[in-house]
Amino acid sequence: MMNASVSIQNLDFAFGEGELQKQILFDVSLEIQAGEIVLLTGPSGSGKTTLLTLIGALRSAQSGSLSVLGHELAGATTEQLVAARRKIGYIFQAHNLLKFLTAQQNVEMSLELHPDLTKAERSRRAAEILDAVGLDDRKHYFPDSLSGGQKQRVAIARALAARPQLILADEPTAALDGKTGRTIVDMLKTLAKEQGCPILMVTHDNRVLDIADRIVHMEDGRLVRS
Amino acid sequence: MFGFISLAWLQLTHEKTRLLTALAGVAFACILMFLQFGFQDALFDSATLVERKMNADLVLISKKSEAFFAMKSFARRSLYQTLQHKEVAQVMPMYVGLGPWKNPWNGRTRSLLVMGFNPEVSVLDLPGIAENLDFLKQSDTVLFDRNSRAEFGDVPAALGKGTAVSAEVNQRRVDVKGLFTLGASFAADGTIVTSDLNFLRIFKDHRQEAIHVGIIKLQPGTNPLVIKNLLQREMPEDVRVLTQAEFVQFEKEYWETGTAIGFIFSLGVAMGFVVGMVIAYQILHSDVANHLAEYATLKAMGYTDRFLIGVVAQESFLLSAIGYVPGILISWGLYELTKQATFLPMEITFGRAALVLFLTFGMCLASGVLAMRKLRQADPADIF
Ligand SMILES: Nc1ncnc2c1ncn2[C@@H]1O[C@H](COP(=O)(O)OP(=O)(O)OP(=O)(O)O)[C@@H](O)[C@H]1O
Ligand SMILES: [Mg+2]
Repeated sequence: MMNASVSIQNLDFAFGEGELQKQILFDVSLEIQAGEIVLLTGPSGSGKTTLLTLIGALRSAQSGSLSVLGHELAGATTEQLVAARRKIGYIFQAHNLLKFLTAQQNVEMSLELHPDLTKAERSRRAAEILDAVGLDDRKHYFPDSLSGGQKQRVAIARALAARPQLILADEPTAALDGKTGRTIVDMLKTLAKEQGCPILMVTHDNRVLDIADRIVHMEDGRLVRS
Repeated sequence: MFGFISLAWLQLTHEKTRLLTALAGVAFACILMFLQFGFQDALFDSATLVERKMNADLVLISKKSEAFFAMKSFARRSLYQTLQHKEVAQVMPMYVGLGPWKNPWNGRTRSLLVMGFNPEVSVLDLPGIAENLDFLKQSDTVLFDRNSRAEFGDVPAALGKGTAVSAEVNQRRVDVKGLFTLGASFAADGTIVTSDLNFLRIFKDHRQEAIHVGIIKLQPGTNPLVIKNLLQREMPEDVRVLTQAEFVQFEKEYWETGTAIGFIFSLGVAMGFVVGMVIAYQILHSDVANHLAEYATLKAMGYTDRFLIGVVAQESFLLSAIGYVPGILISWGLYELTKQATFLPMEITFGRAALVLFLTFGMCLASGVLAMRKLRQADPADIF
C-alpha cells in the first residue's frame, strides 16, 4: 500500500462550473503498484482520458485523494504539477513530435529536463533508447520522413528515455495497423519491465489485452471490476 | 546538446522559404526606418549647415523671418548700434535672397540661393570660401557651390578645365571666380556667394540699409548669453537676438514644425515599424499556432510556461538580429546612392544604427509578446 505508484481514493471530477457543471468521474478508487501493467478499457465518453490526465498531473483534481509517485495532486499548484510531470512518460495517440527536430533531438528534449545528465550522457542515452526501439538507422531523420509506426516508436523512446517512474498511454496503437500496433505494445512492455516502470494504458484494441497484469473497466465515470 | 536558443533557432530555420520571407520582411522594415531617419536628418543637417558654419557669436534677424531661404529684412542701423558695447568686437551685415540663375550652357532658368557679405572677413566656415574671398572684391563676381544640382550647369568641370564661366543671376551678368562646398538642401537646389556690394548689384531694388542677418562677433571670453539679453532689451520691436545655437534651432524648427516634413518622416518610421511588426507577428504567431500540440506535449513532459515564452522571445530576438544585418547593409547602399544622386548628407551614424536596431528589437519583441498569448492555448490536458 505504502509503495503504490498511484493511489486514488474516492476521486470525483467535474468539468465546468455552477449550472453548467457536468460530473464525469464518480467515486473512483484505483491503485497501481510499481512494475504493474494496467489496461483501462471502457466505452467512448466514459471518462478514461479524463482519468489519465488527472493521474498525469495535466489537470488538477478538485476533490478526493490522488497520490502519484509521492505527490498529492488534489489541489496541487502549477509548480507541483510540473514537478510531478517530470517523473511521468506520456504516449499519446498522436505522436506530437517536434517536426523541426530529428528523432534523436526529439528524444533529447525529454532528457534536457534532467540537469544531472551531461550533454554526452544525454546524447548517448537517446541513441541507446532509439536503438532499443529499432530506429538505430533513423536517428537523424526528421519526423516528416518517418512512417507512422516509426514516429510512434520515437514517441515511445522519448517517453522512456528519461527513465520515468510511470508511463501513461492513451490508445497508442489507434493510428497504427494491427501488426505494427502489436510490435509497439510488446516493445513498450519489454522496456517498461526492464526499468520496473508501471504502465497505465487506455486501449480499445482487443489484440493487446494479453500484455496486461490487470484490466480495469470504466463505465459512465465509475470503475467496475471486470 | 542544445539549450533553448538553439531550439528557437532550429524552429526558425527549419523551413528555408519561410525564413527567407521573414528575413525579407524584417530587413524591409529596417530599410524603411533607416531611409526615413536618413532623409529626415539629411534635411535638418543640410537645412542648418549655413547656420552651423556661420562665424558668429550672436546673430540679429527680423522677428518676421521664418527660415533662412526667406529672410525678412531689418534696419542695418540696429546692427551698428550694438557696437557701442565694448564686448562687441565686430559686426557684419549679410544679405540673403533667392534669385533666378540662367544656366550658361542651355539657357534654362532655375532659382538659387544668393548670399552677400563683406569679403574682408570670412563669415562662413565652408571649404573654398576663405581662400577665394579676394575674388569677391571685384565687381560682379561670385563663388559657386560645387554641390549645386546639375541643372545649374557643370560649373565645377568648366572651372577645372580653366574655362571662364559667366552666367546671369536675376538678369545681371556675373563671373564665377571659384568654388566652395555647401550642398543642396530641401530649400535651395544651388547656392552662390558674393560680396555685399555685388548682392546689391544683382538685386537692384534692394536697399543697402535693409539687411537680412546681422552677424556679431564678441570679444574673446565674453558670455554670449549675457550680451544677448543685454542687446535684446535695446533692440527695436522687430529684431530678435539669437546665439548661434539658437539660430540653428530656429532653422531646424521651421522644417520640423513649420512644414509637414517632420510629421511625414515620423509617419514613415512608424509605418516601417508597423509593417515589420505585422510580418514578424505573422511568422511567430503561425509558429506557435502550428505547433500547439507539440508545445502542449512539451508542457506535459514538464517544461514550464516560462520556457515556452522564452523560446518565442528568443525567436523574436533572432528574427530581429538576422533581419537587421541585411537591413543595415542594404540601407548603407541606398544611403550611398542617395548621396551621389542628391548630395544630401546621408550617413549611418552609430547612434542611428543603434536606434534602428533598438526599434527592430522592439518591433519583433512586440510581435513575440502578441504571439505568446496564443501559447496559453497549448493545454497539455487537451492532447490525450
Ligand atoms: N475539456 C472538457 N470540457 C468539458 N467536458 C469534457 C472535456 N473533455 C471531455 N469532456 C467530457 O467528458 C466525458 C468523458 O470524456 P473522455 O475524453 O474522458 O472519454 P473517453 O473515455 O476517453 O472516451 P474515448 O474512448 O472516446 O476517448 C465526455 O462526455 C466528454 O464530452
Ligand atoms: Mg479518450
